[in-house]
Amino acid sequence: MSEPLAVSSLIACHECDLLHRRMVLPQGGVARCTRCGAELYANPRDSLNRALALTLAAAILFATVNFFPIVDLDAQGIVTKATLPGSALALHDTGMTSVALLVFTTTVLVPALLFAAMLYLLIPYKFGRTPPMLPQVLRAVHMLKHWGMVEVYLLGVLAALVKLGHLAIIKPGPSLWLLAVLVFVLAAAVSAFNAHDFWHEGESSASDLSA
Amino acid sequence: MSRLPITAASLGLLSCHDCDLLSKPTDGQVAGVCPRCGAHMHLRKPNSLTRTWALLITAAILYIPANLLPVMQAGSMFGSQKDTIFSGVVYLWNSGSAPIALLIFFASITVPLAKLIALTYLLISVHRHSQKRPLQRTQIYRLAEFVGRWSMIDVYVVALLVTLVQFGGFATIEPGPGAIAFGGVVVLTMIAAMSFDPRLIWDPIKEKHD
Repeated sequence: MSEPLAVSSLIACHECDLLHRRMVLPQGGVARCTRCGAELYANPRDSLNRALALTLAAAILFATVNFFPIVDLDAQGIVTKATLPGSALALHDTGMTSVALLVFTTTVLVPALLFAAMLYLLIPYKFGRTPPMLPQVLRAVHMLKHWGMVEVYLLGVLAALVKLGHLAIIKPGPSLWLLAVLVFVLAAAVSAFNAHDFWHEGESSASDLSA
Repeated sequence: MSRLPITAASLGLLSCHDCDLLSKPTDGQVAGVCPRCGAHMHLRKPNSLTRTWALLITAAILYIPANLLPVMQAGSMFGSQKDTIFSGVVYLWNSGSAPIALLIFFASITVPLAKLIALTYLLISVHRHSQKRPLQRTQIYRLAEFVGRWSMIDVYVVALLVTLVQFGGFATIEPGPGAIAFGGVVVLTMIAAMSFDPRLIWDPIKEKHD
């Protein structure tokens, strides 16, 4: 195993460390570990164009969601509204800053940063360029995916609606529907986004430099 | 795909956790920097067992106030009422919303407890160099990592109720101290699952498994 060539054609499973030989996958194919079944790498169909289109759509949806109410509550004529950033702010106003930060981070800040980071990588890549700080931003995308919880928030909205349903009149706001669409678009964008595309791009540009 | 029962570690290779490049560490070093992406590389996640234990024990301690202290208090002209996670579930159940009651019960009470038990079991099995059922233990790990985020539902419910029910003297809902403890449990168990290295489950496995 002294030749570096042999090493670059191998991949270790990140869940059980078993070595596998890298293979060219058909479009839409996924390579899984033969021992523990973890996903090793994938070749999503037309990953760049799909990821770019879906991420743009998700970013626009997300920006819109923040400005309109998710639910209106009408209790004998007194109407209150909840927006996505508003629910974190209300918690902050009651003095629960730590919980407010947790809600703000997982529903507003992390999704916003995730879209920014994905677009930062995808847009230059679409025009054949490698953006600066590629490794750091890819690392950030990987981490942000764990901490963005828009889909959990949507379920929380539904639970809150049921809880308040018999105390007051609840009207779903426009952002509730946008949020429901966003959850699916975001999931599709994340699964179309293929980190391996960027590393292979980095590899070929590095070998171009040395040649 | 080839079926080699050979791991990267057995050949002295480090696998980059960010870009998957395999490389040999320079002489005498255990860890290094990935030649392709610059990430700090480790044979296994650093201090995985110690970190996971520390986070897990803290989460287990916080699990107690998270369930005993009120997560919110509703005040109205008829007096005030404090709700723990469990009494909130009971309220939903009694008001005829059984599916949502079950959902909250599962996400807020079962999932964190199951996660604490599952990660403790995994840690003990790794300490004992267990060779039993590595695949099942890996699946337990994946499940624990996947479901953790759903416990946040209750935190969002509290946030939304606090936002919506603000009618001055008529009725208000305020978050209770249990919400801080509960948020802590969710975040700590998530980080605990991330700091556990599932490759430690497989390290003592010598034979080929199917």
